[in-house]
Amino acid sequence: MAAISMTVNGKPVSADVEDRTLLVYFLREHLRLTGTHIGCDTSQCGACVVHVNGRAVKSCTMFAAQADGANVTTIEGLARDGKLHPVQEAFRDNHGLQCGFCTPGMIMTAVDIIRRGRANSRAQIREELEGNICRCTGYHNIVSAIEDAAKRMGGAA
Amino acid sequence: MIPYSFNYHRPKTLAEAAALIAKMPDAKFLAGGQTIIPAMKQRLAQPSALVDIGALKELAFIRVAGDAVVIGAGTRHHDVATSADVARAIPALSELAAMIGDPAVRSMGTLGGSIANNDPAADYPAAVLALNATVRTMKRSIAADDFFTGMFSTALEDGEIVTEVSFPIPQLAAYAKFRNPASRYAMPGVFVAKAADSVRVAATGAASCVFRIREMESALARNFAPEAIADIAVSPEALNSDIHASAEYRAHLLNVMARRAVQAANAR
Repeated sequence: MAAISMTVNGKPVSADVEDRTLLVYFLREHLRLTGTHIGCDTSQCGACVVHVNGRAVKSCTMFAAQADGANVTTIEGLARDGKLHPVQEAFRDNHGLQCGFCTPGMIMTAVDIIRRGRANSRAQIREELEGNICRCTGYHNIVSAIEDAAKRMGGAA
Repeated sequence: MIPYSFNYHRPKTLAEAAALIAKMPDAKFLAGGQTIIPAMKQRLAQPSALVDIGALKELAFIRVAGDAVVIGAGTRHHDVATSADVARAIPALSELAAMIGDPAVRSMGTLGGSIANNDPAADYPAAVLALNATVRTMKRSIAADDFFTGMFSTALEDGEIVTEVSFPIPQLAAYAKFRNPASRYAMPGVFVAKAADSVRVAATGAASCVFRIREMESALARNFAPEAIADIAVSPEALNSDIHASAEYRAHLLNVMARRAVQAANAR
């Protein structure tokens, strides 16, 4: 067992978990933060993307113990004071989701893309979305939402 | 999917990591985890323990030292891809790092992990081999030509930790990668580097292990231009044949990628 502590969405959390616990299971099953999804078992789909110390990572491809001491942000941590994050707003306004399963990962990745200044064209956004799969194939509006969000945020998250 | 049980260790120093692994014969190192964790989830790998060296600060650095770029083994692909120093000294290397996996994978994956794993379709081995880099471990230096020994195998001994890779700065270099449309793995990729006294051409994603195309090297040493290698056919005999491409098609792509790499190198 590993005794781990980290900050998740601004709150300190501590737990004893099995060493093999993946970060995504820690978030979903221990913290009940079920917004982070598991869409594949092969590290390809990106539904589980969260931010660890400011970097977008696949939480299904990282052990919870590796995040010991880290600062983690999940989709639940984006809205502030009941107000959606601009990227969430843009996804709603641009109908950037269909079934919604990939959406948490898409949005966490989108925030990261905009923060890194990589939302300068539709082609670049598509390239940056390489690790996020939308099985509804609804990419067109996802790209529009990210383009729109980048404009609203002045290019920086 | 959930891996088999194992014990997780997070040493605070390199020396502690080496001492730990020496005591545990079935343990593996964990760096970025972008290969070993998926393999453990599929239960294709079952280490008794993982020694996490991914967070060791002493392994994460990029240094331009005279005529070489020295990169710590724990440096993430993203940091190599976005380093202004690497982009100035060896732009082909930052371009290659930006083509590995996807952005989230590049946030975690490391140089040392990639070369120690030596996946037949990994990108970094092509750069290490073509740039005639030196791989340094805690106990020795290994020339690129001696490092990659076969499919998923290297000259590393059990418990030996890669600490850094020193890439000599070439005059010209470029990497051309034909990506598998689904997985984005090299299918194949060719790295071409022209140094003052030689040209080296390394191919990945084509055979069981990264290899040099020596006939192209001598032709390019005489004339560093795409047309110099247009007629040099790589034999499909030792190349991979699978659902994605036949050996003959891979041989064809090797020539096309090599020419594209030379063209890109000359266009800088």
